[in-house]
Amino acid sequence: MIDSQTPCRDLEVISCTPAKDPSLVDLVLSAPGWTCKPGQFVMIRPAHWGAELVWPRPFSVCDVSDQGLRIIFQTVGRGTRRLAELVSGQKVTVWGPLGRWFRIDEARPNLILAGGVGIAPFVMLARREKTDNLSMLFGHRLDLEHYPYAEIADRIKSEAMQQKTMADIAEFETVLSERIKALAGVGQVLACGPEPMLKVVRKYCLLHGTDGQVSLENRMACGVGACLGCVGKTVAGDYVQSCVHGPVFDVREIDLGD
Amino acid sequence: MDQTVKLGSLTLKNPVITASGTFGYGLEFMRYGDLSALGGICLKGISLAPRAGNPMPRIAETPCGMLNAIGLQNVGVEKFLKEKLPYIPADTTVIANLYAQTPEDFGELAAIFSEEDKIAALEVNISCPNVREGGVQFGQDPHMASAVVGAVKKRAGSKPVIVKLSPNVTDVRVIAKAAVDAGADMLSLINTLSGMAVDIRTRKSRLANVVGGLSGPAIKPVALRMVHQVVQSVNVPVIGMGGIVSAEDVLEFILVGAHAVQVGTYNFMRPDNAFRLVEEVRVLAESLGIASWDDYRGTLKV
Repeated sequence: MIDSQTPCRDLEVISCTPAKDPSLVDLVLSAPGWTCKPGQFVMIRPAHWGAELVWPRPFSVCDVSDQGLRIIFQTVGRGTRRLAELVSGQKVTVWGPLGRWFRIDEARPNLILAGGVGIAPFVMLARREKTDNLSMLFGHRLDLEHYPYAEIADRIKSEAMQQKTMADIAEFETVLSERIKALAGVGQVLACGPEPMLKVVRKYCLLHGTDGQVSLENRMACGVGACLGCVGKTVAGDYVQSCVHGPVFDVREIDLGD
Repeated sequence: MDQTVKLGSLTLKNPVITASGTFGYGLEFMRYGDLSALGGICLKGISLAPRAGNPMPRIAETPCGMLNAIGLQNVGVEKFLKEKLPYIPADTTVIANLYAQTPEDFGELAAIFSEEDKIAALEVNISCPNVREGGVQFGQDPHMASAVVGAVKKRAGSKPVIVKLSPNVTDVRVIAKAAVDAGADMLSLINTLSGMAVDIRTRKSRLANVVGGLSGPAIKPVALRMVHQVVQSVNVPVIGMGGIVSAEDVLEFILVGAHAVQVGTYNFMRPDNAFRLVEEVRVLAESLGIASWDDYRGTLKV
């Protein structure tokens, strides 16, 4: 367990490896003694960054094991491009684990709905949880080999659908709807992926009366509940902070603007 | 070296205060350090009624800085007193930051906080650029600034009153003088600079509010200049802030005449930064042979 007195630490980069598609990066940090729950996140800021980039970046934890703390991220902007340049031996400042995690219901079927790099937090889930009641449907844009799909598929029942055209996306939505409907009253879905996908997941959960949890991605400055920059809206109209009230929310609780 | 610094009737253990809006209600940072070791914490702006704040997106990162348009989201004074204040550790110097839309409501807030033993001082926010009413327009008009400060001072009891100034004015000294003439015990500056960031692909502003307040290292030279100007023009203690990210930055503000500093965006860069800064400032001051802050303050050679 991380020392609660020093939850902000400089960790050493063990490896920072581009995946087969260089827009995805696999980052492993030395983190002896760390524990984390699937769906929780950490804030990361390289210790050598000067003042040009002021914010740390939030990332779902992919896994924590004897090998270290593993993050898989996509390079999308200035910060992630700079993070992708990390080399082994460099130090990064990390605080966490932060936020609420995915709640597994061991007595009922749990279906993972992952989209693209949103597959990351489920690596730890598949490795740790009892797998009898766990399965996954994965939607992806790049070829499957670019993602840590096999690490999950080796352990739990998984299927994958690639989306290259609008027709592929429509077909994925149809399958999502079927899978979510099949779990109505008997199980739940756990979703992480791009916001349009999460909106679809929420829509069908509400339509079919299926329990569900979604992990939201929001711009954050601090990760600890102080900046108030990462708020989302509840169905009741209240602002909630993704960092401390989420990032995992019940589909019935959160309003995704759909 | 004795780190203590006296600002009129307010004594701080050291000159490092956390800035309003960047440190929550303090409780958010208790995992990362001992609040009572700081010179003080300045609370998120508090209004009489709870405020929801502005729509998303509210924050954007810019080179060496960030923009925010949070819109003073806060739990309201009643909930703050019941659910937050009791949990702030004793011996912490707590500065309440007040926001209201009328001088009367500012006075009402001052009266409520004047009854609270745990509140060491009141900071009056007349400089928020992100709200439609009662924000920076109070801080841009010397008559309105004077009315607000007068209303607060009348009902603040023995609590020292700090007035937080906006940089979004032609001459900051005019507002500084109006605030002091109306009874301000000290001044703090600068609040954020009004700014924008836009996205050429979506053709939208990066903030839902379109404009926001710029903070971070990008604004430090502006802040330093304004603190220097204000220190020359009024005779009350000044708390400097704007882009402080190192012990050297803290000493620069004290060199131009600030009694203490507030640290803002730096708290986001690492949550224990303020705590680390207290020690780093002490080490740097000692390495420069500074015997007391009184000896060093305002010794800039011009």
